[in-house]
Amino acid sequence: MNVEFTAEEVAFQGEVRAFMQNDFPVEYRTKIDANVRLSKEEIVDWQKILYRKGWAAPSWPEEYGGTGWSQIQKHIFANEMGAVGAPEPVPFGMKMVAPIIMIYGNDEQKARFLPDILESNVWWCQGYSEPNAGSDLASLKTSAVRDGDHYIVNGAKTWNTYGQYADWIFCLVRTDNTVKKQEGISFLLIDMHSPGISLKPIVLIDGHPEVNEVFFDDVRVPVENLIGEENKGWTYAKVLLTHERTNISGVPRGKRRLSSLKRIAEQTDDGFGSNMMQNQIFKNKIASLEIELEALEYAELRTLASVSAGKAPGPESSILKIVGTELAQRIDEIFVELAALQCLPYVPEQFEDGFQGTPIGLGNSASAALTYFNNRKASIYGGSNEIQRNIICKAVLGL
Amino acid sequence: MDFSYSEVQKMLQDSVQKFVQKNYDFDTRSKIVDSEDGYSKENWSLFAELGWLAVPFSEEDGGLGGSAVDLIVMMEEFGKANLVEPFTATTILCGGLVSELANGEQKSEILGKIISGDLQLACAFSEPGSRFNLSKVATSATSNGNNVIINGKKIAVLNGSNADELLVVARESGNETDPDGISIFRVPPNSDGVSIRSFTNVDGQRSSEIDFNNVTVAGASRLGEKGDALGALEKVADRVIVGLSAEAVGALEILLKKTVEYSKTRKQFGTVIGTFQALQHRMADMFIECQLARSIIVMAAMKLDGPEGQREKTKAASAAKSRVGKAIRNVGQEAVQIHGGIGVTNELDIGHYFKRVTALEIMFGNTDYHTERFSSL
Repeated sequence: MNVEFTAEEVAFQGEVRAFMQNDFPVEYRTKIDANVRLSKEEIVDWQKILYRKGWAAPSWPEEYGGTGWSQIQKHIFANEMGAVGAPEPVPFGMKMVAPIIMIYGNDEQKARFLPDILESNVWWCQGYSEPNAGSDLASLKTSAVRDGDHYIVNGAKTWNTYGQYADWIFCLVRTDNTVKKQEGISFLLIDMHSPGISLKPIVLIDGHPEVNEVFFDDVRVPVENLIGEENKGWTYAKVLLTHERTNISGVPRGKRRLSSLKRIAEQTDDGFGSNMMQNQIFKNKIASLEIELEALEYAELRTLASVSAGKAPGPESSILKIVGTELAQRIDEIFVELAALQCLPYVPEQFEDGFQGTPIGLGNSASAALTYFNNRKASIYGGSNEIQRNIICKAVLGL
Repeated sequence: MDFSYSEVQKMLQDSVQKFVQKNYDFDTRSKIVDSEDGYSKENWSLFAELGWLAVPFSEEDGGLGGSAVDLIVMMEEFGKANLVEPFTATTILCGGLVSELANGEQKSEILGKIISGDLQLACAFSEPGSRFNLSKVATSATSNGNNVIINGKKIAVLNGSNADELLVVARESGNETDPDGISIFRVPPNSDGVSIRSFTNVDGQRSSEIDFNNVTVAGASRLGEKGDALGALEKVADRVIVGLSAEAVGALEILLKKTVEYSKTRKQFGTVIGTFQALQHRMADMFIECQLARSIIVMAAMKLDGPEGQREKTKAASAAKSRVGKAIRNVGQEAVQIHGGIGVTNELDIGHYFKRVTALEIMFGNTDYHTERFSSL
């Protein structure tokens, strides 16, 4: 057993660390530290910086412009990026639709879509969930009916993240009503500017319109936008779900948040002439979160090692999703505890670019409640944690 | 032994329930939250008419008796409605301080107007550095002839933007955490040197940050004896704590009820999700949490009304706040989780109850603070 990096890996880590320190723009870092949202332009700008370095797509094979890195290198990269707080690319293009196009798309589709994803020229969003198909995704009803060389798409998708910024949407649609629900689903790429598509923003619990309902009203989609075979979409979607399920635990971000928490706690008056880092209950809570993070980090490393040895990532990814999201939510809670009364005023403009007023609370502590509320979504999205537990029961425990 | 409500308490409960049913659905509440004042003056007048504003006061102060059990009966119903009218700030907190501290002349000037619904008050006690400790007061009050000059910064002043008068906790002597030397002054919010920055809080309630920069008031605006306000402040805060805990219990029971209802109608995998045992057990746990939370507020209210000494009463209040805080975490989070995506939107009332109970967990001392206070008493 050995968890040391090799000399090459250590050198690689040094290179990535130096790059993150020097090339991740200071103004973005400052914003992230203050919990100010980066704009689409800023995220694209950062993606293009990575692209120019050749590091835009750590998980892609080299032939498509990826890095061709080993699992360990990807892990190192994710860690170093998390350590400076640099944003991950919006996942819908890079991590979700691109791998599907690579595996199941034809050459024309690859040439048409992949370079723009790699360069962050085109933004994608996801059309999976529907109002009545959440955890039971396969019961989706949005229909695509063949009409000559087009599909006519009708229906509604929901929980569509950042569709307001997206140029394209990848959708699961029903192309056959007569078979078992999983067998009549196809995977379709749709231009968001097509006539008949409309968006209705859904305001989340923190007041931010982060997601949308997307309505399709007789939307004509060329058949060349079908990925793979008709009615095989569910198989493709499932492959996606087990694909890229390492580096999802959020350990680097968790570590970064805990160190920021400690820094703020040292400056937070406990009301008795000392600071909150001297409060034993509070200290113990931080310690137990640090211990959880250690365990999670090693769980992730063990998964990584087994994937590196050629095994497909299996239900272990469910452990990482459950523990990663629930641990992040516990960190959210402790930020709320620290900020206390100072996280109650709702001043969302404080977290937007160009805010000129006096911020409430220390550091980013005033955003604690909004983050806590918003991030309750983490145990719900991406296959709710109940679904993940079902996967463990079925696939691991044989129940 | 008898835990049932008296006839009068049942009437009070019934009266609040009827009002809520008729006047306080989710849409109406949302409109009130978005309105300029953040509460409905019409509702407030109606509360006065119905006698609710007199409930916290003793008969000699012109009220209806002022028992803590009466208070939790009402507060629980307010919690069920997620009511935003400033009952706690004006009536329990400020009214309570006036009852405890004021002289006869001040009382007759203030209490009648509170009870008739003609006066809004706000108490400025928390400071950026005080966290939850009521005796940590850096705001200073310096005597100058017959006047007092106040300097300092207050935060989280509930109802600050609507107050006709502020009750300001300030220090006349001693170091920053000295229990002696703390006084409370009546300050008109439009006094020179007062600057107010107001917010709508995450739970729809209004609060303010207030700076006092050489604010001069008459010495006669002091409530009670010089430097002797902390005992009254703590006693009143304990009543507020029990009241807010009861409000939380009401809100938690709605979260439970709505979650169970939702699980009986939401279909996934060809069946309603309430048939899944994984969810059933969690709802059973939510029910248990609600029951324990209810039990401990009953305990605390009975002790506040009983012959126990102040230390026991304070301990009971801390026990209630701590235990209810634990229930808030469990029931609040599970209600959102079992609702799934719709639970994290602003469209559904679930998220708004979740935000309210989260704020209630923090206000007047969070779970950890009260657990520590309980163990120190």
